[in-house]
Amino acid sequence: MRKCLALLLLIPGMALAAGSNYPLDDVDIDLTDKASLQNGAKIFMNYCLGCHQMQYQRYQRTFNDLGIPEELGEEYLQFTGEKVSDYITTPMPQEGAATWFGAPPPDLTLVARVRGPEWLYTYLRTFYKEEGKTFGVNNLVFPNVGMPHVLEPLQGTPVKVYREKMVDGEMQKTEVFDVVATGGALTPEEYDETIRDLVNFLEYTGEPTRLKSEAIGRNVLIFIAIFFVLAYLLKKEYWRDVK
Amino acid sequence: MSGFLSWIEQRIPMMRVANMHAIQYPAPRNMNMWYAFGFLATIVLVNQIVTGIWLTMNFEPSAERAFASVEYIMREVDYGWLIRYMHSTGASAFFVVVYLHMFRGMMYGSYQKPRELLWVFGMLIYLALMAEAFMGYVLPWGQMSYWGAQVIVSLFSAIPVIGPDLVEWIQGDYVISGATLNRFFALHVIALPLVIVILVFLHIVALHEVGSNNPDGVAIKHKKGSLPESEKTKWQIHEYYTSKYDIADDVVPFFPHIVLKDLVAFAVFLFAFCYILFFAPEMDGKFLEHPNFEIANPLKTPEHIFPVWYFTPFYAILKAVPDKLGGVLTMFAAIGFLFALPWFDRSNVRSWRYRSGLHKVNLLVFAAVFVFLGYLGGTPQENWKITASQICTVMYFGFFILLFIYSKNEKTKPVPERIPR
Repeated sequence: MRKCLALLLLIPGMALAAGSNYPLDDVDIDLTDKASLQNGAKIFMNYCLGCHQMQYQRYQRTFNDLGIPEELGEEYLQFTGEKVSDYITTPMPQEGAATWFGAPPPDLTLVARVRGPEWLYTYLRTFYKEEGKTFGVNNLVFPNVGMPHVLEPLQGTPVKVYREKMVDGEMQKTEVFDVVATGGALTPEEYDETIRDLVNFLEYTGEPTRLKSEAIGRNVLIFIAIFFVLAYLLKKEYWRDVK
Repeated sequence: MSGFLSWIEQRIPMMRVANMHAIQYPAPRNMNMWYAFGFLATIVLVNQIVTGIWLTMNFEPSAERAFASVEYIMREVDYGWLIRYMHSTGASAFFVVVYLHMFRGMMYGSYQKPRELLWVFGMLIYLALMAEAFMGYVLPWGQMSYWGAQVIVSLFSAIPVIGPDLVEWIQGDYVISGATLNRFFALHVIALPLVIVILVFLHIVALHEVGSNNPDGVAIKHKKGSLPESEKTKWQIHEYYTSKYDIADDVVPFFPHIVLKDLVAFAVFLFAFCYILFFAPEMDGKFLEHPNFEIANPLKTPEHIFPVWYFTPFYAILKAVPDKLGGVLTMFAAIGFLFALPWFDRSNVRSWRYRSGLHKVNLLVFAAVFVFLGYLGGTPQENWKITASQICTVMYFGFFILLFIYSKNEKTKPVPERIPR
């Protein structure tokens, strides 16, 4: 009996976990591009933070790493009355969120490490209008997504476009090809660039120490290479006597 | 200074032990780079212990705080990310060097008489290491921590009669929970490291009692009085060895010769280790699996559940058998057969350099099968993979059976009396 209950508990989870095979687009991640990261932070604070948290990352750390003066950050990027030293948390009550969306919107601090930047970049550009869905939209990489298309004011209203293929002498709509949006504040190119900035920012928050790690790593590898040469010469010197 | 040292020496045999086991220990002169992996394993063990101590200073072993405290270490503890990556990369590096160390032993017959117990201690270390790694992987309390633990712990439920109760006893709860995390933490930071350190000590004691093997599998210790003075080693070897045996002119002292060789290997190893550590600590999801960056959620099953790469060969064997209990038994038999390797091999020629072509092929096929099983167990399930896993499982056991059959009357090449120059 307990086993059956456990199985029942698993069912909603399985539905959520179901993926899609939609091909992912490459995204040019550049953690040294401060302007892109700052724009990504701006988009995140304005559009995502309403529901999603970034509970392991602090405002102050983010501002410092992105080259945003703390006073400016506080004034233009903090909307929830928290201190600059606070974690980036959402004002939306999490218990309510679970009721409204079926599950609380996931924390996004590490989402780039869970999903990968390509997935995020494609996901955020492939919402499309579909009647009958809770939020009136669906998504090509995340079927039956439980999130509204928050960036619609920027992208416009996206609709699914079908590729036409000749089947038995007739043109038929066969497979999903892409989404096309109209009526947004941004052109499709600008929208892609905005999403790239947002994904870049999420990639940064996933591992804020990445650049520092690589900077130290280069010196460490140079040191080890020199150490190798010395160790090798020393070894050779001592082994000369062994015939 | 020398007065102080002799004051110590009269009270504890510091220099005597150092000379006997680390300086004037006789090591075969033909030891190649394959012999560095034991040394490297020791280095990694020290790395794991030291970084582990620092991690426990900020890690909080509770279901509520474990995940957040790991991210606290990653973001807010000074160089916490470095310590954490040293530990997580070290875990995988440990298995890399241990697998190569084991393969070295198989190539050169280092498990054969009189080194059977040495091999068995090694296998015990490997077993303890697997338990240590498994429990360590649960601690960050990510999705794979949770669901991996779920899969592994539930294996015990296949045991007849006591299975379900045993699972509850291991978990400390009806499900994997904070109670499980707490006890795994205790075992991971105290119990198993202690066991591993003691086993490593015994492994080295056993090694130094029987002496190191070498790529030719030729003995360096000869019966007292059997070698003319001209063929005895000119190096200073500790009298513990020279009083019992004639040590041939085939050895070098452990220090500085072997230590320097190990140092070169250490530099090469460290380069690869640090490259992964600083530039690709996730190793494309192999060392740190992507779903593990999401906090454990008992209501959400990941799309695919894989153990970390070093367990995947055994995971493939487990899945190859349709029956759950049968799978568990087969998996444990796979490890049990490795334990018994010294008794499967009935040849008295050690190194594969002097053994039959059949043996070389058998061993290489075994290594390939093991790697391929790792691939099968670590990638999404497909129909052909079940059949492939079954064939590979049969081949895995086939290695031991074949070895047992042909090694009795194997056609081997003549083994030289002394290490060839």
